[in-house]
Amino acid sequence: MAMLDVKDLHVHYGAIEALKGVSLKVEPGQIVSLIGANGAGKTSLLQAISGIVKKSGGEVVFEDDSIYKVSPRKIVSSGLVQVPEGRHVFPGLSVYENLMMGAYLRKDKQGINEDLKKIYERFPILEKRKNQDASTLSGGEQQMLAMGRALMAKPKLLLLDEPSMGLAPILVKEIFSIIKDINEAGTTILLVEQNARMALQIADYAYVMETGNVALEGPASELASSKAVQEAYLGGA
Amino acid sequence: MDQFLQQLVNGLSLGSIYALVALGYTMVYGIIKLINFAHGDVYMIGAYTAYWVTTYFGLSFLPALLVCMVVCGLLGVLIERIAYKPLRKAPRITALITAIGVSYVIEYTTQFFMGTSVRTYPPLLPNQSWTFGPITITYLQFVIFSVTLVLCVLLTLIIQKTKIGRAMRAVSADENAAKLMGISVDNTISFTFFLGSALAGAAGILVGIYYNSATPLMGMVPGLKAFVAAVFGGIGSIPGAMVGGLFIGICETLVTAYGNSMYRDAIVYGILILVLIIRPAGLFGKAEKEKV
Repeated sequence: MAMLDVKDLHVHYGAIEALKGVSLKVEPGQIVSLIGANGAGKTSLLQAISGIVKKSGGEVVFEDDSIYKVSPRKIVSSGLVQVPEGRHVFPGLSVYENLMMGAYLRKDKQGINEDLKKIYERFPILEKRKNQDASTLSGGEQQMLAMGRALMAKPKLLLLDEPSMGLAPILVKEIFSIIKDINEAGTTILLVEQNARMALQIADYAYVMETGNVALEGPASELASSKAVQEAYLGGA
Repeated sequence: MDQFLQQLVNGLSLGSIYALVALGYTMVYGIIKLINFAHGDVYMIGAYTAYWVTTYFGLSFLPALLVCMVVCGLLGVLIERIAYKPLRKAPRITALITAIGVSYVIEYTTQFFMGTSVRTYPPLLPNQSWTFGPITITYLQFVIFSVTLVLCVLLTLIIQKTKIGRAMRAVSADENAAKLMGISVDNTISFTFFLGSALAGAAGILVGIYYNSATPLMGMVPGLKAFVAAVFGGIGSIPGAMVGGLFIGICETLVTAYGNSMYRDAIVYGILILVLIIRPAGLFGKAEKEKV
């Protein structure tokens, strides 16, 4: 049974159809990557799954329950959490306060404190800067904060939207190795990336999106070696 | 000099009231980017509520203050739910015009039921005053300072230290990201309206006692002045509203005392014009970049 099952999902912005019937599955424990050019509808898909964007047809099932009409609040509390594109940390709130916003719906004080400790262990820089305004962090630090904030919600499935965007190559490597660690610690991951090479390297399964549709799918290693993907997304062989 | 100090005290008490009202403007703007022009009328309802509960139910000052805050808080929530929530995705100007409409509805509904006559209060506070050297502080002034101080401290604690306060700041910083954390944006906005309107309710009873009168249109001019105070402090900024309120109150009192009381309104609007020319973001405001 798939953890997340998206079936024939449609999203419209006015007259524009951003998703034209997308189907995708994420099995528990996997890293699934979603690659594709700008405007292919990757972010729309994640926003629709999280309940931020209105869906206009299809079905989304998370752990056997339909979340097609469920509020973002209930989606988060059921364990489906998103790290949005462009980090979107809260300026004006300290690093610590940002992390606590991730635990907004949780009531288990002790568990929250334990998770906070774990996050400080995983991202020591966040502990060092815990009282600093989040907007003063560098891009890489903000990405770590956005990921730490999402982890504070105790996700079963983490949606990551372009975590490597705008980061220096060395940081990109670090972020990807963190994603791998998070997955190994038991969190399933759906990753949207422009950096197709890295995204295919760490994923178990992958989808390629083109203008609102899934154009290709398959085990990540197979896609990485397919000629079509190499030419279109990996800059030739 | 002695008179100056005395006028300063008078100005601070008037300014405290402006600060309480300005806080509501600034909080609402901070979270939904709306200048709630009906806010001055919520303060008027506070003054009328005080008149009702003290005249007909014989409440003393403190219980009356609490009732006014709760009534106005709920009124604020109601206004937001009915008038502004359906327009949340509409252009800003639509909501702004609606706010002006709401203001008229409240003013003339009150006038319809209460008439235009001036209502006065039973004596609520002892007619006492203390003299320190050249300065005399009346009991009422003391109450105004203390109530304002306590409410500002409470508000700051709520916003800085509580979960719902943190959620308010998160929603005001980034609404969509707040949704992704599972924060209910609607409830957070309602809570913001409740807090801001409750403060206006407190200002309503204080000013009602200060001038010993309540009239249906009493909210218009002080509402505008409190708005100027919020802009002066930097709209969206909580400390800005506090400082702005005190500053406007002091300016107005000093102009009345030393200049010409004919110009006491002119000076406030003059300040607005100067702020908009010299520093549109206000004292503590951050210049907002237009998003493309």
